[in-house]
Amino acid sequence: MSTVPHLPVLRLGRNYESLEKFEVKDHKTGEVKALVSNVNAGIVRRDLGKIGSARAALKKFTCAQLVELSARAGDLFLNGTLPLGDKGHTQSPQQYIETLSCTSGLPWNMVRRNMDKVHFALTNMKFVLNGLSRGLDLNILDNGTGEQFGTKLSYFPTCAALGLVMPSNSPAVNSLWIPAISLKTPVVIKPGKEEPWTPYRLIQAFIAAGVPAEAFGFYPTDHEGAGEILKLTGRSLIFGDKNTMAQYANNPAIQLHGPGWSKFLIGDDCIENWRDYIDVIAGAISDNGGRSCINASAVVVPKYAAEIAEALAQKIGPFAPTRADDPNARLSGFANVKMADFIDAQIEDGLKVPGATDVTAKYRNGPRKASFEGGTFMRPTIVLCDSFAHPLSNKEFLCPYASVVTCPQSEMLHKIGYTLAASVITKDAKFIEAVTDFAEIDRLNIGPVSTMKISWDQPHEGNMFEFLWKRRSIERAW
Amino acid sequence: MSIPTVAPELVAKAKAELDQHLLEIIEWHFNPATGCPFWLDWAAKNFDPRKEITRFEDMLKFPHFQDEFLRDLQPEVWVPAQFKGKPFNIFETGGTTGMPKQRIGWNDFRIDYSEFSEKISDEHFPRGGAWLMMGPTGPRRLRLAIEHLANVRGSSCYFIDLDPRFVKKLISNKQFDVAKQYMAHVVDQAATILQHRKISGLFTTPKLLEALGEKINLWDAGIRGVFCGGTSMKPQEIRFIIEELLENRIGFYPTYGNTLMGLAASVPLQPEDNYSATYYAPQPRAVLRVVNPNKTDETVAYDTWGRVELTTLTKEFFMPRFLERDETIRRAPRPPYAWDGVGDVRPFGAMEKNIVEGVY
Repeated sequence: MSTVPHLPVLRLGRNYESLEKFEVKDHKTGEVKALVSNVNAGIVRRDLGKIGSARAALKKFTCAQLVELSARAGDLFLNGTLPLGDKGHTQSPQQYIETLSCTSGLPWNMVRRNMDKVHFALTNMKFVLNGLSRGLDLNILDNGTGEQFGTKLSYFPTCAALGLVMPSNSPAVNSLWIPAISLKTPVVIKPGKEEPWTPYRLIQAFIAAGVPAEAFGFYPTDHEGAGEILKLTGRSLIFGDKNTMAQYANNPAIQLHGPGWSKFLIGDDCIENWRDYIDVIAGAISDNGGRSCINASAVVVPKYAAEIAEALAQKIGPFAPTRADDPNARLSGFANVKMADFIDAQIEDGLKVPGATDVTAKYRNGPRKASFEGGTFMRPTIVLCDSFAHPLSNKEFLCPYASVVTCPQSEMLHKIGYTLAASVITKDAKFIEAVTDFAEIDRLNIGPVSTMKISWDQPHEGNMFEFLWKRRSIERAW
Repeated sequence: MSIPTVAPELVAKAKAELDQHLLEIIEWHFNPATGCPFWLDWAAKNFDPRKEITRFEDMLKFPHFQDEFLRDLQPEVWVPAQFKGKPFNIFETGGTTGMPKQRIGWNDFRIDYSEFSEKISDEHFPRGGAWLMMGPTGPRRLRLAIEHLANVRGSSCYFIDLDPRFVKKLISNKQFDVAKQYMAHVVDQAATILQHRKISGLFTTPKLLEALGEKINLWDAGIRGVFCGGTSMKPQEIRFIIEELLENRIGFYPTYGNTLMGLAASVPLQPEDNYSATYYAPQPRAVLRVVNPNKTDETVAYDTWGRVELTTLTKEFFMPRFLERDETIRRAPRPPYAWDGVGDVRPFGAMEKNIVEGVY
């Protein structure tokens, strides 16, 4: 048996070893942890031409059966030893944690938390689907038609499969696609280059639980191949930056997961109590290493901006790199050091524009970009901005970063722009009404709730059921 | 089965034949009675190769040939005295934008492709069975060469043109959608011809082959052999073509070539090759060396990457030591070729940067 595992392409139930492979390496030592087969777009196109058989394999099950198999897969994902590649390797949960940590830079405690999130979603699929479908009797999907809520209902699938072009930054994003299996939809995944581990382990968990292997495509591929997945599956999810999002804007078949620009807004009525909210805001900025789109990246206040920035900086500024197995680890390393260089340069360039101060600098006792035991880390940064006009006021980076911006309450909704998760700390009924009506916020929290709080039955970004199934009107004579 | 090797005496024999051929070509191009104005003028300003070149190793006395000569000078400077008054073909290189490189010729393409005809099987390219060429035609040598290849096998050839210069412009202008539309337009025409005519042999480029194979089943359309070239093909691409597009039942002949060299055929793939194609120049009419990119006098060791250097040695065209924009693995002689081969050819610098070769 080769010492390095090889992750093959999964061609809808068939392992395929490509002649082209890339290495996934330990971000600190450079040790190769896996070889991953990489295929050209032609193979993706050919397989997607036969995707009907993958859907047919899932159609043999009822949604209820698939919900049960998902729960079993959840337990296997969290606790099981599962196949790792096609050369006889296996992977225990602890090996998964350690390998993912050393290739992605996430410390063990964050990998574990991400694992728990995925496990929760898998083992609570009935509850998740109930929320997504607003209580639909899933037998109606099995039969195509039925009656509920005193009316005839009929649904049809919107696509051949769900395509996924995955990122490398956070394993929990995989929880977005897992309802697709219970919704009888095959998945075709292009994994992130540094994070093939989670989708591969999830697929193995599903297969071990009894879901047909034909329902899964795992295609490490190039840019063209990713484009084919987006084009040919019928419905897909893509993760990326602002430019990637712009490419696919206005395409209803592609659900975009880009920067979140998540924020805290504190109303005039609560601002005098700002000290009470520092813990929840600091957590929202720094949890999960600041890597999520629902991490807060701006705090918008009518006054006391300097004091709030100072308090946040004092709290998270001292966070320093630690060993990956430190149970108190707060920061995530960068597998791609160029990304850390880019972020650091962007912040430094922004600070050259008058009107912004890096309040954390004095609490760091060292540079923002730090090296530790061969790894590269970005230490937390809180920037005090004098207005939304400043280039650093509404930025999101892949590390604990937030601006604190002064803005009159009456102007907040005119200034904040798109906000994936907004926590609005106010009891002012008029302000609550205004933010509730504001279309640019996807997930709204009222009161001191972390932007990181997610509800599986209330998706903060797109609804997988509505994405994969569509209602049609129906009348039957017999 | 291991990769076959060539006996040292056969390698020595081929080398002796190359040296003999070289002497004849040098004499031809540098003798005022037979040579062309460009080389006679060059010899007057530099040295007389008839005195200095006695074996192929002496070719290092020549500097690298500059392709600007083929752009900047009128074609007449390349006409050997013995060909004076005979109209020539003007062939241009593939995807050039701006003034293209031009090579003139009379019969070289016929010689190259008649020889290549002996390397393809009747099973895959039945004699008398029609051909289709889908790829760059226009002012390219390949267009006449493919037709000649079909003709020497008793066949005729249909043509679908693809203009690589237009594609190159579209890609550099980031008009990817138009490039795709254009490729679809080309492939649609080929599919139509295949639906309405009996055709068994196909020449095309890897990308077009893939697009055509996605549109129709090539075997059901009557195709039994595919001769492919024009852009690089990595082993995984070759495997994809053989296994999935040609379904392991249509003959596949990857080639490496261009207007300046002619055609380097590949040896038939066997399992040990792992789909890595090795091409052999039509020596002695053309010689490929794999050189150290930083010290081009030196060849690299076998199974090592280096830059492709081409020397063309025909009575119609003499071109010493032209550095191609390709890199390759130097491969040992392999039957039936008793000279070095080039494997896994790709654009020079492909490891360092992503090079667009075009949709063709």
